[in-house]
Amino acid sequence: MWARVVRLGFWSWGSWRRGFTSKADPQGSGRVTAEVIEHLERLALVDFGSQEAVARLEKAIAFADRLRAVDTDGVEPMESVLEDRCLYLRSDSVVEGNCAEELLQNAHRVVEEYFVAPPGNISLPKQDEQEPFSHN
Amino acid sequence: MAAPMLRWCCLGRRWVLACIDGGSRHGRGAAIGFTSSRKRGQSSVAQQPLITAQKSRKGEHKWAAVVGLEIHAQISSNSKLFSGSQVHFAAPPNSLVSFFDASLPGTLPVLNRRCVEAAVMTGLALSCRINKKSLFDRKHYFYADLPAGYQITQQRLPIAVNGSLAYSVCAGKKPSQVITKTVRIKQIQLEQDSGKSLHDELRSQTLIDLNRAEGQLRVDANISVHHPGEPLGVRTEVKNLNSARFLAKAIDSEIERQIHELENGREILNETRSFDYKLGCTMPMRDKEGKQDYRFMPEPNLPPLLLYDTASLPPGADPQQVINIDWIRERLPELPSETREKLVQQYGMLPEHSFALLNEVGLLEFFQNVIKETRAEPKKVTSWVLNIFLGFLKQQNLAVNESPVTPTALAELLSLLDRKAISSSAAKQVFEELWRSKGKTPSQIVSEKRLELMQDEEALERVCHAVMEGHPQVVMDVKRGNSRAINKLIGLVRKATLSRADPTVIKEILEKKLSS
Repeated sequence: MWARVVRLGFWSWGSWRRGFTSKADPQGSGRVTAEVIEHLERLALVDFGSQEAVARLEKAIAFADRLRAVDTDGVEPMESVLEDRCLYLRSDSVVEGNCAEELLQNAHRVVEEYFVAPPGNISLPKQDEQEPFSHN
Repeated sequence: MAAPMLRWCCLGRRWVLACIDGGSRHGRGAAIGFTSSRKRGQSSVAQQPLITAQKSRKGEHKWAAVVGLEIHAQISSNSKLFSGSQVHFAAPPNSLVSFFDASLPGTLPVLNRRCVEAAVMTGLALSCRINKKSLFDRKHYFYADLPAGYQITQQRLPIAVNGSLAYSVCAGKKPSQVITKTVRIKQIQLEQDSGKSLHDELRSQTLIDLNRAEGQLRVDANISVHHPGEPLGVRTEVKNLNSARFLAKAIDSEIERQIHELENGREILNETRSFDYKLGCTMPMRDKEGKQDYRFMPEPNLPPLLLYDTASLPPGADPQQVINIDWIRERLPELPSETREKLVQQYGMLPEHSFALLNEVGLLEFFQNVIKETRAEPKKVTSWVLNIFLGFLKQQNLAVNESPVTPTALAELLSLLDRKAISSSAAKQVFEELWRSKGKTPSQIVSEKRLELMQDEEALERVCHAVMEGHPQVVMDVKRGNSRAINKLIGLVRKATLSRADPTVIKEILEKKLSS
């Protein structure tokens, strides 16, 4: 289940931490396998780039692992720091939109009033080689 | 982005009442599990090993198929789930997109009250338990029509869980063999939908419109097979099926494919497949992906969604900011099961008729309008509406509101029939004429075609007498005990009266004469 996720400045790693450490090493000795790095790179589209970066990751995991020292038996997990806040309910009226021109100005490429993106996830039977998703 | 969607696991409302041929050799019949529903988007899948039918082949181990459906249904609202952009179909591309919908940095989701109410209503209608506290999560994946790189959904703790839906299935060849089945609904969840992608293969590009995704109702099926008693098999997901018929075909063919693979020693991959309508089978969709890892995390910008009932409503709360489940429950419209029950009670019709009446858009209203204006018996009306009227509609592929025959016209016709002004066969003739020619009333047609039943009993007796005189041999046959001979006499009298006499009355008169 959701362990207490404390944001130690590792925004994206928080919830994945649990995932990797168990994959890499249950005792937490900190090695993250190349397989896991590859998986992460594909999932999150980040480029670790160097062994240094991987080492930094391993240190971050080790640091976060210190949470395990806390006894959380019988403690209700906190899902959100907003848990005591009220969720504001908006009334169902149309107050936004109609700014296609403005939005499309952000786009690298535009065709008529559509954003243009590289192709991806097309059904198998038609395509042979699928280009790896290229960011920009 | 896309319009708010509700996702639930079950067959769409219309389809649930359709007659599904339960005679599929895989006996897929009851094996439908519901998965979650989400607004503007997805539902989570849950494989529930419901009772499944079995297929046995050459004495081998029996197979059981397990099917879970994810249904995405668009909520009927003015604005989107998390933004104030309009929900409207067929608008110029990207014209109904706010900064939030375009995932511009610094924008935040703001929950639409109407969507929450709709989700609660749906949950109540499907007999779910409404979670007074539900949470929003992010589901991450990359696709061009999902500019944020994640979708806000309710994966951990959705707004409604553990519901059920009763539906009817034609069990056998006869339309009257209808059985009621129940399917479980695992959960209903609110979620965002994606935008729309148009693939331009020629120029190797994809055009993105963030107004909303296509289709107000979409279904994905999750299918696996296993031997009863053994653990569940690996499931595949078949996506984006847009009609009940193709859904059924896709599921059937996928079950067949899986059984075939397994029986030949191969394995089933946990993959996403799409249904090829032309080939009539499923094909793999995403390649090289392996298992999708959505990296679910709590949506940091939305606190938990809290709902109340009358007992727990905080005093002095702003009514705009609180949702009372009891209040919504009181305002639920009459559900189909209740309507059907009323029909059965009020008009003494068979349950399968009540299903049929609700199954066609506008048919119930048509039926009720006819009932209002005619003195014919409800059973007669039911029979005429479901058999003759509906038959004509189907033959010409018309909707009820396109019918050339109005409820008033049919009511008048049935009244004529009821007071025996015309015979049953004459009534059918009149109906045909009503269908063909607009503007004429049944009475007009009856007099034009001289279809009125002979009311003059003396005249009829004279005709009977004449026929009997003219056919002494047949009369002898009857007197000798040949029971079928009387039908010949009846036929002759009918011919002589140009079908304007009631066969029952003819029979009575003949029998009286023959016995004297």
